Order: sequence, then C-alpha cells, then structure tokens
Amino acid sequence: MTGVSRTVPSLANVANRRNQPPARLDMPVKIDVDQLNFYYGEKRALDNINIQIRANLVTAFIGPSGCGKSTFLRTLNRMNDIIPGTRVEGSVQIDGQSIYESGVDVVQLRRKVGMVFQKSNPFPKSIFENIAYGLRINGLTTSKSELAERVEESLKQAAIWEEVKDRLGESALALSGGQQQRLCIARALAIRPEILLMDEPASALDPIATQRIEELIYDLKKKYTIVIVTHNMQQAARVSDFTAFFWLGRLVEFDRTDKMFTAPAEKLTEDYVTGRCG
Amino acid sequence: MRKHADLLFQLLSLATLLVALAALGALVFDIFSDGASRLSWPFITNIASRNAEDAGVYHALMGSIWVIALTGLLALPVGVAAAIYLEEYGTRSRIARFIELNIANLAAVPSIIYGLLGLGLFVRLMGMGQSVMAGAATLALLALPVVILSTREALRTVPGTIREGSYALGATKWQTIWHQVLPMALPGVLTGLILALSRAIGETAPLITIGALTYIPFAPDSVWSKFTVLPIQIFNWVSRPQAEFKANAAAAILVLLALLLTMNAIAIVVRDRYQRQGRA
Repeated sequence: MTGVSRTVPSLANVANRRNQPPARLDMPVKIDVDQLNFYYGEKRALDNINIQIRANLVTAFIGPSGCGKSTFLRTLNRMNDIIPGTRVEGSVQIDGQSIYESGVDVVQLRRKVGMVFQKSNPFPKSIFENIAYGLRINGLTTSKSELAERVEESLKQAAIWEEVKDRLGESALALSGGQQQRLCIARALAIRPEILLMDEPASALDPIATQRIEELIYDLKKKYTIVIVTHNMQQAARVSDFTAFFWLGRLVEFDRTDKMFTAPAEKLTEDYVTGRCG
Repeated sequence: MRKHADLLFQLLSLATLLVALAALGALVFDIFSDGASRLSWPFITNIASRNAEDAGVYHALMGSIWVIALTGLLALPVGVAAAIYLEEYGTRSRIARFIELNIANLAAVPSIIYGLLGLGLFVRLMGMGQSVMAGAATLALLALPVVILSTREALRTVPGTIREGSYALGATKWQTIWHQVLPMALPGVLTGLILALSRAIGETAPLITIGALTYIPFAPDSVWSKFTVLPIQIFNWVSRPQAEFKANAAAAILVLLALLLTMNAIAIVVRDRYQRQGRA
C-alpha cells in the first residue's frame, strides 16, 4: 500500500489537522445496525450492512452516486416507509431498542431521529411557523411564550437567529439557499432529537454557506449524534470523526476518519479516496 | 416558410379567440340592451307579479342565494374529504380505483338525471320535501365530481419534499395533510369550487324536477322552506306572451350574471390571499 497521504497530501492534512483537540472517540454506541438488507421491490439496495454509530460524534457516509448511502440513512428514521414496496431485513437498534419491530411508534422514532434533506424544503409559511410546526404537532409546548422561546432557541442553535430575529413573520421562501438550509436544521433541532441525520446538507450551497454549515455541525455534535451523507470527500475529512465507505450497496470499510483518508485497509477505499475510481 | 406558418398560426388562434369573444360579447350586449332599462332597485326588491311593470326578482334572487350558499357548504367538505381519501389514503385499493374511473363519468351526466335522483332520494325518501335543502343537496351531488377532480389535481401539485419534511418532524399522515398539504392545495380547491358552483347556479331542470316552484309568494326563511331560483323565474317570464316580460327576463339574466360575478370575485380574492401566502 503506497499510503494515501503521499498521493493526496491535501486530504491527509485536512484529516490530521484541525484547530481542536483530538476528539474522544470511544463514545457509547448509539445506533447498532446488524445484517441489514434493504429491498426496493425485488431489487436489493443494501447488502448485509453491519455498523455501530457512536454518540456525540460525526459519522460520514461516503461513496459514489447510487451506492446506497442515502437509502441507508433513511432506514435509520424509517423514512423509507413512505415509499411503497420497500422491505427491510435485519435489525437497526437505537439505544438498544430495535426500531423495526412491530408496535414501534414511528412518530416517536422520528422525534428522536431528526433529518435534514439535500435540497432545503422549508414549508411555504413564515419563518416562525416553520419552526413552530414541529413543536405544535408533537404537543411540546404549553404556552405561547414557551413556544416563542423554543423557536428562538432553535434558531440560535442553527446560527441563524441574528439574521432572522427581526423578520420572523416573513415567508421562509424569501431566505437565501444557505439560510433556508440552516432554517431546516433549526426546524429539525426544535423538537430536540438525539440524533441528526443529514443527507448531503451542503451540496446545493455555495462554499461560504457550506463552510457555515460545517462549522455548525462541529458545534452541534456536542449535543447530538450526527450522521452525514456526503459525496464530497474533503467535506467528510473536514467534518467527521468516523467515515463509512459504501460501494454498490455494500459497506466496504468503516473506521476513524483520519485513518480512512491516510491509510485505509481496503484497496477499493484507497482507489476511491484517491480518485482512481468512482 | 416556417416563419410564415408560425405567424399564420398565431393569427389564426387570435382570430378564433376574437370570434368566440365577439359571440359572447354580442349576447351580453343584446341582453343588456333589452334588460338594462328594467334594472332598478325596485326590480330587485319587488316580488313576482302578473303585472310586468310591478314584477321583481326578490324571491328568486333570495332563493338562488340560499341554494347556492348551501350547495357550497355541502359540496366543499364532502368533495375535499373524498379527494383526500382517493389521493392520500386509498391509491392502491380496488375500491378507490373503481371510484376514480367513474368520477369523470359522473361529471358528464345530464343534470336532469340528478334532478330525478334528488326527487326520489331527498324529496321523497329522506322526507326533505320540496325545500331549499333538497335543492342544495341535489346540486351538491351535481357539483361533487368537479370538486373532487380539481381537488385531486391540487393535492398532486404539492411537492413530495414538503410531505417528507413534515413526516421527518414526527407528523402523522393526517397532520401532514391538514397543516401542510391542504393549505398549499387551497387555491386549486377553490378554483374547482368556483367552477362547480358557477355551473350549479344556472341549473334549471334539476330544480324544477325536485319541485322548485315557478310562482312563490315568499322568500326562503329556512333551509326547509319551498323556494324558487333565478333561472326558473327567467324561464317563467320568457314563456309569457306579453312583450314586457321579455325585458324582465333580460333584466333578471343580468341580475344572475351579477350574482355569478360576485361569487367568482369573492372566491378569487380568497384564492389570491392563499396563493400569496405560499410565495416569498
């Protein structure tokens, strides 16, 4: 093995250098996936996935288009249930509880496991109403003042409060792309999930907006477990503690990010991160 | 050569549009010239009379307003609920498929058939009598297919990403429909309702069938009273041999048109408000 760092020095630097102390990586396991197979009708999209995602860390899923990383992300909060004809085999356990057993309350699951989508999808309502919606339908607040407090808290967590605090009544669609995505993050955080799933959250954004999102992710992991799907390897190297590499529905390798980008164990992984394939 | 064909096509389309508008304009002008002189406040507030000079449309106007308002109140929730079931809950059941196929057919059924149905079901079987309620229920059936079809179309225009965003926050299907999908679909729903009610307000045959009277000495005071409507009054006057009633009929048509335009205007204003809310 030639060692990835010699062929792609920039990735190695990014992975090894961050202005923060090295993260504690032996956090407890939050999500435990065991022999997961996923089918769209007859077609198998995920092949025997086994992975443990640790709490309060950022785990990145990388891989070429169509490799199943988004599909896998969506199995973690059962968003694939709304697609007809899908089937799950194997188990996904969150905090030791299987989420695919019969009798599991999917609504409760989705309160615990929030999701931010690739293309920001704010509701065509005011900024305030976008955040308040999740609180209202889950019955999480009891008074108007509490509602306003929670909305403010979420917008602050998503680092967008200063920009919108004077125009909460305006339509969310008037915001820029980057602001809309931060709004969607605030919306997801409002219901205080434990896990945040992010499906290529910055892929539709310009570099400055992307940087703000990445900084946000770095802050958020203190309170949340974050799983982020990205096709941008530099982003994975910048932002994540663990990285999982998917290829054609299989999990090829899963390890600490710095190791994945400097000395991966699998040749396929090395080929992918050096750009020789995929 | 292609440019000429393009220009020719443009001119031809414009010409046909103008012809259609001209025909409509000629009709309205004709009515206007016949009836405008008879339009006056007393005309609207007078009741029908054998004397053409004294006759007015008051009872018919009130009857039309009562019936249309009640039709709207009946058709809207039932139609929207049916469309929601077909679009959101039942898309794969065989019953839903069967209903789907037949709704478009129902929209094309001649209105007198609805009148016969209304007579048998509402007037006689359910004992509503020849009342405003029976008339409104009959017209609501008439309006239902249009409301259902346009509501379904409106529901389909709501992007899946909005629904996904709602589900991801832990919303149930019903919460998603009620709080996100329906408000976004509202402009389309209201358009369908306007279309349906505009057709219903001019309906004569089904209402005569269920027993709306051609002569009535009072305006409706409840949904159970007997009634008459503007189209029937117009029909009544047009059938009279005296020439003066022709002017009355024309004036009554103008009143009907004014009622129609007012209804449409209200619905368009409401629709506009919702559309603006949905945009940046």
